[in-house]
Parts: sequence; C-alpha cells; structure tokens
Amino acid sequence: MDLYEYQGKQYFARFGIPTSPGGVADTVDEAVARADEVGYPVVVKAQVKVGGRGKAGGIKLAADAEEVRRHASAILGMDIKGHTVQRLWIEHASDIEREYYVSFTLDRRAKKYLCMVSAQGGVDIEEVAATDPDAIARLHVDPLDGLSAASAAEVVARAGLDDAAREQAATLVQRLYNCYVEGDCDLAEINPLILTTDGRVHALDAKVTLDDNAAFRHPEWEEFAGTETTDERERLAKEKGLQYVGLDGFVGIIANGAGLAMSTCDVVQQVGGQPANFLDIGGGANADQMANALEVINADPKVRSIFVNIFGGITRGEEVANGIVQALARVDISAPIVVRLDGTNAEEGRAILAAQVGDRVVSVPTMIDAARKATELAGGTVR
Amino acid sequence: MSVFVDETTRVVIQGVSPSSQGLYHGLRNRAYGTQVVAGTNPKRGGEVIEGIPIFATVAEAVEATGATASFISVPPRGAPDAIVEAAEAGIEFIVCITEGIPAHDEARVYNRLVRDFPRTRLLGPNCPGIISAGKCNIGITSGDIALPGGPVGLVSRSGTVFYQAMYELTQKGVGQTTGVGIGGDPVPGTSFIDVLAAFEADPETRAIMLIGEIGGSAEEEAADFIRAELSKPVVAYIAGVTAPPGRKMGHAGAIVSGSQGTATAKMAALAAAGVIVAQNPTEAGERMVEVVKGL
Repeated sequence: MDLYEYQGKQYFARFGIPTSPGGVADTVDEAVARADEVGYPVVVKAQVKVGGRGKAGGIKLAADAEEVRRHASAILGMDIKGHTVQRLWIEHASDIEREYYVSFTLDRRAKKYLCMVSAQGGVDIEEVAATDPDAIARLHVDPLDGLSAASAAEVVARAGLDDAAREQAATLVQRLYNCYVEGDCDLAEINPLILTTDGRVHALDAKVTLDDNAAFRHPEWEEFAGTETTDERERLAKEKGLQYVGLDGFVGIIANGAGLAMSTCDVVQQVGGQPANFLDIGGGANADQMANALEVINADPKVRSIFVNIFGGITRGEEVANGIVQALARVDISAPIVVRLDGTNAEEGRAILAAQVGDRVVSVPTMIDAARKATELAGGTVR
Repeated sequence: MSVFVDETTRVVIQGVSPSSQGLYHGLRNRAYGTQVVAGTNPKRGGEVIEGIPIFATVAEAVEATGATASFISVPPRGAPDAIVEAAEAGIEFIVCITEGIPAHDEARVYNRLVRDFPRTRLLGPNCPGIISAGKCNIGITSGDIALPGGPVGLVSRSGTVFYQAMYELTQKGVGQTTGVGIGGDPVPGTSFIDVLAAFEADPETRAIMLIGEIGGSAEEEAADFIRAELSKPVVAYIAGVTAPPGRKMGHAGAIVSGSQGTATAKMAALAAAGVIVAQNPTEAGERMVEVVKGL
C-alpha cells in the first residue's frame, strides 16, 4: 500500500523523523485555516500517489491567505497523470540551503536491505542515478545485523553531505531504517531531505510503501485504508477481496494466481481478443470467491464474454465449479462463460459444471482454445 | 535423475491437524508415492493421523523417522519460525508454500539460513513446491499433470503458470525430470540460478523450461547465468507480455532495477542469452517439442 505524502509524514513522525509543521485540507477554506495555523509563507501540495507533482503544477508557494486561496482552488480537482487531486497538504515553507536524497528498500538481487544517500537530492534523482551513479552512496544492510550508528555516519559522509548536516542526517538515516524495518515498509524514501538555512535537517517529502503482508501486526494501518481512489470496478473487487485491474477490452478474465491471470490476458490478446480486466481469485479460493468474481466481472458493461481459466493446485476444481453454479443462481449473468478447468479435482469440477453447460456456460479443454472461444463469443475476430 | 528430491526423500509435514491444508496436500503427495514419514504439531505429539505419526517438534520427527525434507503450509505468522525450526533440526530441503509472509521476515529468514544453516535449502515461500515426476511430489501441484521420464527440467516463478507449462509438456508427450516452483515473493529461498545450476549438473535433464513473470530482476539474472554457465537448451515464457506498465516502487525501485522488470526487457535479455522465447505457455510447449526432437 502506497501512502500519500501526508500519511508518510505522519508515519515518519512516529519514528522521530523531523518534518515541517503542516496539516491536511480538503477544501479551499480548510487550506486557508491550515495555512493560518502553520504560519506564512506556506507550500500548498497536491496529495496524489504519483510522482512529478511539482512539474504538473501541483505544488505552489503562497505568501498569504489570498495566494493560498488561489492555489488551493486551482490544485483541488486538478488531474495529475490520471489522478484527481482531492486533498491538499499545507505546510510551512522551509528556507532551503541544500537538497539531499535518502532511501531504504530491498535489494532483491543481494537479498539485503539497501540504503541510498545522495548529496544531489531533488526531483531528478533518477537522472542522477543514470548519469552520475557515483553521486549516490549505497550501503547494504544485513537484516540480521541491523544498521549501526557508525555505518549510518559512514554512508552519509561517503555521500558527501555538507558538514553542517552530517550529524543530524546520520541520526535521521538510523530513524528511517527503524521506520523501514519496524514499520514494515517496502520503501521508505525522502526526496528531498533538506538542510535549512538555519542548519536543521528534515524531510520535505515522504514516499512510503507499506508491505500489505505485514498488516496483521499493524492495527494502526487501518487509518490509511480506504483513502485510495480507484475506478468503480476496482472498488467493488477490492471490497470482495479480489485482485483486480481494470483494462479496456471486452473479454472478462478470471484466473487463479497472478501469473496465470496475466498469462490469460496474454493469450486472449494474442488470439485477437481484448481483455477487459485482470482478475486473480487467489490461491485456495472457495466457491464464494468464485461467485464474487463473476459478479464483479458481470458488473462491467463492456464485458461481452467471460473466460474462467483455472489450473487447480491449492485451488480445488469442485470449489470453482460450485462457485460458478452459485453465481448463475444468484445473479443474472448476461455474458456467456467459457470455462477451462484443470489440475486439482478438475474432474469433479467438470462433472459439477456438466449440468450447466449449454448456452450460458461452455467448457473448453485447453487454455488457447478457450481463449479463442471466449473471443469468438464476444464477437471478436479470432486469429 | 532428478534434482533436490527423489524416491529416497523422506518428508515431514509441519503443522498437521485433521483439517489443515498441510494434511490435505500431504496425503495427496503420499498418494503420489512420496514418502511422507511424519507430521508435527506441538499439541498432538504421539497421535497418528491418517497413518502419519505426529511429533511435537521437527527435531523429534527427524530423530524418529530420518526425515530429510519438510513441507510447511502454516499461516504467515508462524511460517518463519517453522522454517528455522526445520533448519535447526537438520532438514536439508524445506518447501514452504505459505503465501503472505512479510518481506522483512523473509529477508531475515533467508539471511539466517545462509549464515547459520548453509546446508539447508528453502524452496519458497509462496510457491507451489517441487515434483520429481514419478518419484516425489512435495507441495500443492496436482501430481497427475507431470509425466515421468524427462528430459525437461522446469522452473517457474509463477505458481499456476508452472502447472500450465508442465501440463502443456505432458499433453505433448514431453516428460519432465523435476519441476521446481520457486515462487514470486521478494526474497525466495531458491532462485532461478540455483535451479538452473542443478539442472545443468543433472545428466538426465537435457533441456530446460523457464517460466518468469513481470517485476523484479530475477529473469535478467537468470539470463546472465544462462549465457555464462549453461550448456543445455532453454525455452522461456514470461507472463505479462501484454500487461499495462505496472506501478513503480518510487525512485528507489527504479534506481535498483533500471529498465528491468518489464516483460519486453526480460524477453530481450533471455533471447540475447540464446534462450528460445515463446509468447504464451502453449507456444512454449510447442517450442520445447522441437527442442526435444533435436536432442
């Protein structure tokens, strides 16, 4: 789960990482109220989960209430790379002396944590990485050893941060490490980390991605839920606990496992169809989840046929078949369903489905032929 | 031959209760011919469930039955400790199918095994398991989709495409030595490279099928290894060829992986390493038929 900047800063605060005083605003009046509280000048910042906000005009400096009003009304409702701005973060403007970069993430290749620090922070850190990789100091951290104060100081020094910033930055790097590990982040990134003209080091931005798998030990994450804006189909699917990504085609896809769901989209596209979605019912899905998945797909008016592609492993064929039967009884499914069922208990599943096979349900033995059938039933041109 | 497991492998199922996933799939594994010699459950030591003797700990199970491999399907909270318990008991090969283990726990367990238990191999977590066709099946793969006799070794990061690819081979009459599902989690215990190296060393494995998926850089690393170290032909398929560009993990993710991660980049890297790259699992099976004919 990606956090908004303001949530990331709230998360940072729990681990003692300094940020600018600020507050959240959903309306122009609220923006002015927050600005009055934190003191002028302020920065009005669009809260969207996408980079490049500044370049898109979503971050503006305001010297007084009038300017806050003007910028807030321009930014609220603005579209930034497909994300509509519904919330602002208003914070006291900092007098910036220098901009740095610091992050923690997992280096999958090394299977260790990777800390990156650079004296060249700001929006173009990826450019720095590409053109001047030596400008980024990297430090691998063994999860069993953790990050020592000495190592934190060393990486900050190696990155060439200004003398005035080093001690505070080293402390902050350690706190960010704690946030990354104890806070179960996939990514904890500050860009820019700033040195102010009066010699303080703090986070001017916050990019935090939480590891959804760790939610069971973080009841406090509940406050972050429900703030994500997705399309209606995705919202419905999420409500039902399904992994769903809306696409633009006309063949609804249901598969078990992300890999097979992607592969099903590949095959449908390659035989001339267009997938309407990616939907993974997950490992070990039961009849109820299968029925839910069909309901979600059925709610998409663009869907003209549904391709259910299941290769049972931990998912059992009879559960899948029962789910299809349940869904047919529960909702009026308008599109024809093409089912391809193999693997664990596939025979039992096919036997259950045999009673349903007819106009509404078609059983096809192979993945590629099922993709062709689904494309044909959707009125697509099969190649 | 086969890699990692064969008919001599003796399996202990960790976390057995009458209603557990572990028991359900463990019994299926046993029906396939796998030697399932023990189960563990701290509260059920001394019981016998479905003919499987249950011990309170893995160490007791190993001592009493000579178990060499373990099968873990316990929930995410308990799985990391279960893995370490198996390693401490001297288990050489651990299959963990558990989905949803926090990434930091995986990183800790992986580094713990490397440091303290270098002789133990972990397969997974979040993987379908391993099947040496006709000999041993540990995990959740439906055994009837495998065809014994080789010559293909199969390795996959995706679970269900693993089944699909294996079945494509079986339906076309191409047998397998061993199929290994490494799982798609951020810190897999066993990597593509580990499995490729094992296949290279196995005389009965004469061709290799590799199934990848978008994200991460495991396929690019495999491509480097194939170019430098592998003499056997490889056919590959990457799931997600037509997927829209996924979300990027902030700047740090982009810096770490560069342009890697897309299906196009992975397919190009594999093709450049001499791998035959197919567009879908069915085509991958067809290409492998050609490869096997030419062996």
